[in-house]
Amino acid sequence: MNNNFGGDIAYLWSKYSGLYLDGIEKTIVLALLGTAVGCLIGFLCGILQTIPCAKTDKSVKRFLLGLLRAIIRIYVEVFRGTPMILQAVFIYYGLPYITGGGAKFSSTWLAAFVIVSINTGAYMAESVRGGIISIDPGQTEGAKAIGMTHFQTMLYVVLPQALRNIMPQIGNNLIINIKDTSIMFIIGFSEFFAEHRSIVGTTNKYFPSAAIEMIGYLLMTVICSIVLRRIEKKMDGSDSYKLVQGDALTMTAGNYNYPGKGSNFDERSRESGAAGRGGR
Amino acid sequence: MGEKILEVRHLSKSFGDNEVLKDIDFTVARGDVTSVIGASGSGKSTLLRCINLLETPTSGEILYHGENIQGRGFSASSYRAKVGMVFQSFNLFANMSVLENCEIGQRRVLGRGREEARANALRYLDKVGMTPYQNAKPRQISGGQKQRVAIARALAMEPEVLLFDEPTSALDPEMVGEVLDVMRSLASEGMTMLVVTHEMAFARDVSSCVAFMKDGVICEQGGPEQLFGAPQKSETREFLARFFGK
Repeated sequence: MNNNFGGDIAYLWSKYSGLYLDGIEKTIVLALLGTAVGCLIGFLCGILQTIPCAKTDKSVKRFLLGLLRAIIRIYVEVFRGTPMILQAVFIYYGLPYITGGGAKFSSTWLAAFVIVSINTGAYMAESVRGGIISIDPGQTEGAKAIGMTHFQTMLYVVLPQALRNIMPQIGNNLIINIKDTSIMFIIGFSEFFAEHRSIVGTTNKYFPSAAIEMIGYLLMTVICSIVLRRIEKKMDGSDSYKLVQGDALTMTAGNYNYPGKGSNFDERSRESGAAGRGGR
Repeated sequence: MGEKILEVRHLSKSFGDNEVLKDIDFTVARGDVTSVIGASGSGKSTLLRCINLLETPTSGEILYHGENIQGRGFSASSYRAKVGMVFQSFNLFANMSVLENCEIGQRRVLGRGREEARANALRYLDKVGMTPYQNAKPRQISGGQKQRVAIARALAMEPEVLLFDEPTSALDPEMVGEVLDVMRSLASEGMTMLVVTHEMAFARDVSSCVAFMKDGVICEQGGPEQLFGAPQKSETREFLARFFGK
């Protein structure tokens, strides 16, 4: 029985905190950037997949759209359906092998970033598709009726609303990425978990180091969770709004029937009561 | 009669085996206020949606200033920018404030600058009496207010024709009046309007022409005095009798 668990942790931290912190930084940067770019890929796939295709369109356009959809479908199935650790192996070791050294990533960082982005993109493509489907078709019709094109409709009307709806999924992906980037040791990228492996290799204190890892990962994910919740709240916007009073003599509160606001006169009395001199 | 803006020729529309519109011929001239009345399911809304290309007609053609709107090289989006539409379910953009709803089309479709779009949006919001609520989100205002904003949004594009698809059908009775008032004032200012409605009083008092639809065809068409006062077809008489409880 080893009673020096706390002491071991303290020893590891005092000696290797620089390495651990460096690993944490690389992990969080990789997860954040990979998720962000993955989201962009997902949104792009979402827009392209939902381009309307009528039977009356030219056959060339229909063929190209069909091809595009097929490519996106294959991309999603392949990258969602295989382990990220093998994707890393294929992209980092496989590409130079096949091309005879022609296509090789200059750094493990770049390779890791590309792999996480592509992998997240495959998941996000489906999330975004779900998000787009969830938006009332009336929103699209309203946008079309004032002359917006498909891309404008998506960019200004549908995707901002879809983005809000899939924020929880984006959060999921970010947290999964924080943890799953730990497989990047396979290509020699020194993120948080890779640092653990190398520290353990020299100190042989496996479990105390694993405990540090646990705490580190949990801290990262919990902080991300809190930040994401904040962002969601911010996206929802304020529950109230300010009336704009043009003519000082008209009582705008007279038509003010937003539910949950009490009677028409509440607001006015609160105003005059609070400051003693009403009017904004 | 003014210059013809829209001409519908032999328009048919089927959903599967269900033929909703049958060989419709129809014209909208500048300054006309045309009301389309008829029972639910008679094809009124589908006609309007075909005119705005929200539905693709099965056969026949729709001419806008003599040009086929389904022709090759005809831009559906710039056509829609000139033919405004007000929906039964408002379809205001939920992610934007009232003011932004009225600005976005001007800025992104018409390419107007921020200042111009804002001034214009405020002008039309004022017209429908919604200026005080410019910062509200659609979910924070009532149905009648939403519909007035939707009208302002359509007007801000300065369309040649405004299509109304049962604009008061989703409203509580006490809110119908405020929307009809706005529409009445638009009509008096000479706006060209095509209104699908169940508001018979509006159709009778405001429109210059009334079309009665039944089972996918325009059964009878004429001035409001004639159609409401002395309907020629027995179907029209039956429908009106049911409506006015005669």
